[in-house]
Amino acid sequence: MSARAEVLDRIRRALGPGVAVPEIPREYRQAGEVGGDVVALFCSRAAEYKATVRRVSADELPGVVRELCRGKRIAVPPGGPDVLSGVEVVVDDPPLSPQALDQLDGVLTGCALAIAETGTIVLDAGQRSGRRALTLVPDWHICIVEADTIVAGVPDAVAALAEVAAEGRPIVLVSGPSATSDIELDRVEGVHGPRNLDILVVT
Amino acid sequence: MSRGFPVVARETLANAQLRRNLGKATATIRAKRLRAIGELPDWEALRDAGAAIKARAMATLPEQLERLETSVTAHGGVVHWARDGAEANAIVASVARSHGASEVVKVKSIATDEIGLNDALAAQGISAIETDLAELILQLSHDKTSHILVPAIHRNRLEIKALFERTITDRELSMDAADITEAAREHLRAKFLSVPMAVSGANFGVAETGTVAVVESEGNGRMCTTLPQVLVTVMGIEKVLPEWRDLEVFLQLLPRSSTAERMNPYTSLWTGVRPGDGPQEFHLVLLDGGRTQVLADEVGRQALHCIRCSACLNVCPVYSRVGGQAYESVYPGPIGAVLSPQLFGLDEHPTLPWASSLCGACYDACPVKIEIPSLLVHLRGRVIREEKSKLSPEALAMKAVAGVFGSRSRYERAQKLARLGRGPLAKAALPGWTAMRELPQPPRETFRDWWRHRGASAPGAGE
Repeated sequence: MSARAEVLDRIRRALGPGVAVPEIPREYRQAGEVGGDVVALFCSRAAEYKATVRRVSADELPGVVRELCRGKRIAVPPGGPDVLSGVEVVVDDPPLSPQALDQLDGVLTGCALAIAETGTIVLDAGQRSGRRALTLVPDWHICIVEADTIVAGVPDAVAALAEVAAEGRPIVLVSGPSATSDIELDRVEGVHGPRNLDILVVT
Repeated sequence: MSRGFPVVARETLANAQLRRNLGKATATIRAKRLRAIGELPDWEALRDAGAAIKARAMATLPEQLERLETSVTAHGGVVHWARDGAEANAIVASVARSHGASEVVKVKSIATDEIGLNDALAAQGISAIETDLAELILQLSHDKTSHILVPAIHRNRLEIKALFERTITDRELSMDAADITEAAREHLRAKFLSVPMAVSGANFGVAETGTVAVVESEGNGRMCTTLPQVLVTVMGIEKVLPEWRDLEVFLQLLPRSSTAERMNPYTSLWTGVRPGDGPQEFHLVLLDGGRTQVLADEVGRQALHCIRCSACLNVCPVYSRVGGQAYESVYPGPIGAVLSPQLFGLDEHPTLPWASSLCGACYDACPVKIEIPSLLVHLRGRVIREEKSKLSPEALAMKAVAGVFGSRSRYERAQKLARLGRGPLAKAALPGWTAMRELPQPPRETFRDWWRHRGASAPGAGE
């Protein structure tokens, strides 16, 4: 018998006949049920993770990005944020090697959406987010969040991402810079992922 | 067989450093967790949903695993099935060999610790490099885990600094946790950028979409699941979730219960292979390894609902004093006390069901409402029944007691004997018991004697 057949057979025997299949009580807050000022909530929650959060208008954005990135070598996804006049950008096309990404100062991307309650940005490997390595290897991630893509809670985000998941695109949820508390539970921001995270919320 | 909880706990209790670290750590995280869950008005409803989703996944497990296999395969992944740890290890090793990999980078995974993957790979000349900071500390110092979430919680910074200076860095480190962490970052970055294959565990595998999830903090999980050309994920069969939507429950329950954060820094979700993005070869190994044996116990199977958050460890008065190593398993604490004996055999861990005061704090903290105290009592029963069938001295004693309690005359004679014989006689009969406890003083007159003679004594005695 193949391992597959044997494992499945063991499971069926373990469960026995007529095992009860419970219904799922979904009494928790559903997608679309929570409102409020999601932009303000997102900004304060993301800032609590030691991310640098700024609210800017669409007009201010190019100037803010220029100021942030002056004198730096910054990667962008192909077809990514179009706010880069005056900045030396390296477009990830053809794809940059991990070694090349490691030599850059930072990366500038958008994101698919953001979650207010948890201060999370969501990257979906789409045009705005870029492929996964791009936002992982450089030590500094600057992420532009359009205010109208901010959702209230986790159920809203999971519902909004259903299609992306069905397509099989990778998704990364980012809540602040990387961190560890493995040494005497002393929190250290920045281990392997980007140690610095700048979030620009465009309202 | 393990040495037994009472023996090892006695040793770990004598370690003052361990008790100090653990006391501080568990107190901090307990307070933080209460804040994190107090913030959600629907926490109890999320727990109810989480418990039901897990129960449903287990009840429909064959169907869910087949769905998962179909969706992963449809997106270019390869699904393997492993009856036991040895089979899973062989699959991982053969993938490594087919790519000529002499090194693999690893994301923290208890499932792979459980099956001894690192040793199995080493036997084939492949070195597995742990990339989680705490796992790296344990690997470099040949130490064992003491906590599900913070495996090196028993080591202090001076020890870790000295260890890193001896093993992975040429420079002298300061006592600053950030500086010590920096040494690990430098050491591992070179590996992430060059090693061709990674091995991970999985927090969840979604049957509907084929999505596999790794929930983490440091970014080593993202590195391993993104940069190497080949990725092998070893997933216990109980980790499957039926629907994509189910993640909305667990992505709230898990971070708040484990690190007591609203959300952990990084959650990676991927499906098979994504052309041009991440590993171009993906293998998913579905591991039984004793899980079907747990599933066969209608009461005990609840232990398979565990999402490895470690909330039960942090609230446990026993764990927070004896530490994880007293449980002699990769699964310590209250959940370990119910999971290890079922997964690895009651014979292997016969004392663990007693490693608890049954206070119930673990059940209150469990995000999927596993009834750990009931499971402990259930497993105590199973251990006793198995011992009874083997006619151990304790079982024989119990049999004798049952005989005495079964007949009135025998019972009354025994009561008289107890009154006469308390002291030297009883102590000789029960040496283990009386070494640590006083025997109760039998009453001068038993209830039965009093009942029989009540008419003859003072007025009112018969009321």
